[in-house]
Amino acid sequence: MSNTKKVFSKEVSLVLCGKAGQGIQTIEAILTQVLNIERYNVYATKEYMSRVRGGSNSVEIRVSEVFRYAFTERIDVLFPMDGDSLDHMADRVSSDTVVIGDRDHVHGKFDTSIPVFSVPFAEASREIGDEVYINTLIAGFILSFFNVQMSSVEKVLRKVFARKGGDIISNNIKAIEKGMQLAVEYEHDHPLDICIQRYTENDRNVFMSGTDAVALGAVSGGCNYIASYPMSPGTGVFTALAGFSKNLGIVVEQTEDEISAITMGLGAWYAGARAMVSTSGGGFALMTESVSLAGMIESPMVIHIGQRPGPATGLPTRTEQGDLNFVLHAGHGEFPRVILAPGTIEDGYELTRLAFDIADKHQIPVCILTDQYFLDTLCGGYSKEMKIQKIQHYFIETSKEYQRYRFTEDGLTPRGIPGFGDGLVCVDSDEHDETGHITESFDMRKRMMQKRMSRFSLLYEDEVEPFFSGDKDVSTLIVSWGSTYGVVQEALEIMHDSTVSHVHARQVFPVPETLKHYALDANRVIVVENNWSGQFADLIEKEIKKPVQRIVQYDGLPFGVGNLAKRLREALI
Amino acid sequence: MGNRVFEPDHHMDIAWCPACGNFGILGALKMALEELGLRPENTVITSGIGQAAKTPQYVKAHFFNGLHGRSLPLACGIKVANPFLTVIAESGDGDTYGEGGSHFLHAIRRNSDITNIVHNNMIYGLTKGQASPTTQEGMMTPIHVRGVYEKPFNPVAVALSLGASFVARANIGDLVKTKEIFKRAIQHKGYALVDVFQPCVVFNKLNTYQWFKEHTYYVDESYDAHDRVAVFSRIMEEDRLPIGILYEQIGQKTFEEHIGVYESNADPLFRRRHNLNTIRELIAEYAK
Repeated sequence: MSNTKKVFSKEVSLVLCGKAGQGIQTIEAILTQVLNIERYNVYATKEYMSRVRGGSNSVEIRVSEVFRYAFTERIDVLFPMDGDSLDHMADRVSSDTVVIGDRDHVHGKFDTSIPVFSVPFAEASREIGDEVYINTLIAGFILSFFNVQMSSVEKVLRKVFARKGGDIISNNIKAIEKGMQLAVEYEHDHPLDICIQRYTENDRNVFMSGTDAVALGAVSGGCNYIASYPMSPGTGVFTALAGFSKNLGIVVEQTEDEISAITMGLGAWYAGARAMVSTSGGGFALMTESVSLAGMIESPMVIHIGQRPGPATGLPTRTEQGDLNFVLHAGHGEFPRVILAPGTIEDGYELTRLAFDIADKHQIPVCILTDQYFLDTLCGGYSKEMKIQKIQHYFIETSKEYQRYRFTEDGLTPRGIPGFGDGLVCVDSDEHDETGHITESFDMRKRMMQKRMSRFSLLYEDEVEPFFSGDKDVSTLIVSWGSTYGVVQEALEIMHDSTVSHVHARQVFPVPETLKHYALDANRVIVVENNWSGQFADLIEKEIKKPVQRIVQYDGLPFGVGNLAKRLREALI
Repeated sequence: MGNRVFEPDHHMDIAWCPACGNFGILGALKMALEELGLRPENTVITSGIGQAAKTPQYVKAHFFNGLHGRSLPLACGIKVANPFLTVIAESGDGDTYGEGGSHFLHAIRRNSDITNIVHNNMIYGLTKGQASPTTQEGMMTPIHVRGVYEKPFNPVAVALSLGASFVARANIGDLVKTKEIFKRAIQHKGYALVDVFQPCVVFNKLNTYQWFKEHTYYVDESYDAHDRVAVFSRIMEEDRLPIGILYEQIGQKTFEEHIGVYESNADPLFRRRHNLNTIRELIAEYAK
């Protein structure tokens, strides 16, 4: 045990580890919400095994003077909550890590260079009545290192335990107080001190996960219909929309399979609803026939795909950006589509909202490509960047002469819906004529292909611009997409290299023109992505016809900031 | 035939073989829709793939001719988005009971207010004579060169076991009675199955018009279509197959009623306003 106090003044990375069922998520919810209310910059991400109880799971909570939105491998303070925790976290523990926990959980695992500090959390929680309070007690212990009002804590506890009733809430308040008291009792040999500034800007005013952001974006985009089949990590969005359904009048259907989910969704769009499905790569595999159907019948569709590592079942609870190629090419035949990939909380909302408009306006499937890391990560965001706008409907009231596939100059035929007007809306998965009836005419086939494919060029009107940071004239361009935005930004900040700029794709396909220009102008392009082969790198090479470098990771974990900075430095040599 | 309201305005190049049972089903459907006083603008027919699935192409109504096996999810998706529409899912035995088998099971459980008309010719026609889920045991096909060994799928028994509130079987050899069954099915509130026996004159030499006539009988007045257990024993009969309205139960809550969005507002989804205030309030819940 070391008596020299470690002082964390700029930021601290707190990691709690234990088995499923021990309530790590409750600690995460209490700490993040209280610290957020108390105006600390807080970020949290979790990693967990695919099981209901047991195993070893952890949550990382970063509290920092400046806003951070990235996973760091570095652990400043580790709270092991069971005997397996230290083994699970061993790779990330260094001599700079402070380990705090019950004696049984912290001793005998490491050499003496690692500061290990034992506090009787379990015994103290039994004093409150039950060891189940250990999670809240540890949250209280941690909160004592920050300057927080008890009223904020009580407000959060009432919210977190809202469904459990008064006794549970008051016992949890006791647990928080007991935890704080333990921190004081053991103060004389505290190994650490945390004195991080609160933030001063007051408009980063919402705190949510990527899942929340996508679900809120969906309802803001007018989503009134979701049919899905549960699959991690796409289930969260489905669940969140079900939660909103009573207030907003959303049709929610858990279908027998993903094929039925997307088919129902297409039926819903056809009848005038704004439908979406939420799934993961494996579920999307089943949906692909209907992605092609959407292409053929020129139907809007919004598809949220939370990626996890494949092939097949892969690692069900881990993260990867390995499905880009699949989503890019899913569905037989040729037809236009758009793929959007949020990298911030604001974009999770905004791109999902936009997806409904793009899908409806252009009569195409739009995929929102996220991943487990993005969906499960919590952080603050600016609600002012989450637009609330009246949605525009693109369907029309039909007349008797209405033809669903009438040839037009730009290839887009106004979309009629059954029951609105005197016309008939006939759609067919077979090649069809202007009325929507089956045809085997080669001439008609050619004209319909031209009609469908010509709409690709219209998509540029609504292209979602990438984020760009750095100097436009510098020699090296780092390219990223989707969930890696925050980690690339922070890694570049650490590197502090003025010869490097960063472009982050929010629309992944079609590749935005501006992104292509940046890539063409740079002497060297390095694409960072969470997969084996560099799938976005391949797409960019194809578009700019120039080789690019890649930095990839495919172990099932998100990029960590330290490791990414190191690999970027190596790549730049 | 006298049915005009649902008759297409233009001549149709119908893709069926001469004397195909599909013609009768098409005629009976158009007559049923007209006699019920329905309008093409408020009628949607969905289908999957196959010769039977081409039926909506030849009716003057809205249609969504989708993918193989998927007529039912389409129909459920449409009906719940706009309950004012009359929605009919129409396809063949292979499409509905084979490729779409899981959808068949769960559409029954979901109990959307739709009508499911299944053209059951006990063979695959468009792919040239392979066995369907309802093909009789022993039939030789290009694939089952030793004869079909699977027990035929019994759609009416399956539907009944899953709690379907309207189960009927028809024989297109009798057009008028089939039309009357269609009318009752369309009027029924909730999922209604009509399995229609229909010969494939090219690929099924066993189950002909004559065979269906000899192997079926209409349930008579003594039959109680509300007694689920008694109905069960009857529809398990294999020598002569009972046809008509085999089971009917009124008052089962539909999917559209369960889903809640129509409890206080009958407007179809497309007529509803986007509630910006509620969204603002939702986002505010994530603020401190």
